[in-house]
Amino acid sequence: MKRRLLAMSTALAATMLSSTAAYAAECTNDVWKRVMERGKVVVGVKADYKPWGYRDTDGSIIGMEIDFAQAAADAMGVELETVAVQSSNRMQFLEQGKIDMMIATMSDRADRREIVGIVQPNYYTSGTNIMAPKALGFSEWEDLRGKPVCGKQGAFYNQVVTERYGVEVVAFTGNAEAKQALRDKKCVAWVYDDSSIGSDLSSGEFEDFEMPLASEDDNPWGMAVPLAERDCVFGNFMSGLTFNMHQSGKLIELEEKWGIQATKYLADKKDQYGDWLAE
Amino acid sequence: MLELFTEFFRQLAEDHPRWNFIFFYEPRQWERIVKGFKYTLWLSVACVIFSVIIGVVGAWLQNSPSKFLRRCVQGYIQFFRNTPPFVQLLFFYFALGQFTPAVTGPDGWTEIPIISNVGWAIISLSFFAGAFNVEIFRSGIEAVPESTQEAASSLGFSRFQTYTEVVMPLAFRVSLPALNNNLVNLVKTTTQAIGIAVPELLYQCVTIWNDFPSAMYPTMLLLFVTFIALVGVLVFGMHRWERAMKIPGYGH
Repeated sequence: MKRRLLAMSTALAATMLSSTAAYAAECTNDVWKRVMERGKVVVGVKADYKPWGYRDTDGSIIGMEIDFAQAAADAMGVELETVAVQSSNRMQFLEQGKIDMMIATMSDRADRREIVGIVQPNYYTSGTNIMAPKALGFSEWEDLRGKPVCGKQGAFYNQVVTERYGVEVVAFTGNAEAKQALRDKKCVAWVYDDSSIGSDLSSGEFEDFEMPLASEDDNPWGMAVPLAERDCVFGNFMSGLTFNMHQSGKLIELEEKWGIQATKYLADKKDQYGDWLAE
Repeated sequence: MLELFTEFFRQLAEDHPRWNFIFFYEPRQWERIVKGFKYTLWLSVACVIFSVIIGVVGAWLQNSPSKFLRRCVQGYIQFFRNTPPFVQLLFFYFALGQFTPAVTGPDGWTEIPIISNVGWAIISLSFFAGAFNVEIFRSGIEAVPESTQEAASSLGFSRFQTYTEVVMPLAFRVSLPALNNNLVNLVKTTTQAIGIAVPELLYQCVTIWNDFPSAMYPTMLLLFVTFIALVGVLVFGMHRWERAMKIPGYGH
């Protein structure tokens, strides 16, 4: 019995290993073709990250990234369907084909590029900061050493702040739970993207809180298509669209529309990609 | 030997980028797994013990002469059996957690509640599984013939004595297979404690595969293997117990 089990598990492991062999070398454009045939593109977005992606009072998902997804769908001439994803499952959703594309506040990291096809140029950026009660008066990251700080499962900087400053990250599965734990005084701060904390603070729901530290690890965000199609039609199309949205200032317009504090990053990109014939 | 082992997995990760068994060669990740396993073990053992106690006491109260007590037990069962355990966890930790006394931390702001998230996980999961255990023990108790109980009381046993000395020992034997099932489920349900950030095995595994996307499949595999082993030990123990308590001619 034992031996048979062992043989079975070895066989299982072997088949799983072989199935992950080499990537497709040439473009088959399967996902792109499927989107065209179906007349609908399924985009994974955040539903708990105001105002990039969140639920409206009627339950539909809206936000800056959804507008971006809509722009992509319009340019492709198909309908848009949004699927809410979590930080901890967004790459897997894309890998398994549950979504065709992902625009979900994801930081562009080297190890993530090996899993999903992150397209260039990046469309936004954010750094790491904390939301902490004014009463505690934190002024530098070192103040957090050895203290419990609420976080979110799936954020890459949980590991960074743990190793760099000895912060004890208590990671929840969702933003709402983590922020509730902060309000309940279960931790001294909430470590997250500075952009998201900024919009939370300006919403007026966090009167007694502040974002006291200097942001660290400024990291551009990347949207992603399936890895096999990054250098094919889909990836090139999204790269082009992102470029155009930088150049035309559409991204800055979206930033204003959703009440996001203006970032230097978008302004810089607009300059960098500026049309040399424009007045 | 150990060197060879770590070297093998380091090489495997290089050759197959999706099969990065990082916890086998990076001590920090291994520590996470060990820490997570300890929490899972602690949750499982504590919840199994408390839920069985709740089951035994609940089943006794179910036959209590007091109508009020019987109603209370019934209400408890209906509530805990008919609502999702994950929602119970969140409710206990966030809603009820507000009303428990808390000690103010050294910084003068944080409030360290008397019951931690681990405590709430144990309480809520024990009550969840306990509700099923009450019904499981009731089925055992109802299998004990009325005449046996009457015989016991005619020998001068009190109600409590009849329950502990006669009914329960027999009922327990009848209930064991069903109890076994429920406890297996309970051990697996401990993973839901991730919802209130209890650093048990699933929490640590999710953290690892978020930090190292290449380690996702191996970490999932590890989860499966660990739970198969953990539940295996429980089932083995329960079967041994079942056999040890067997009365020739009873229940077969």
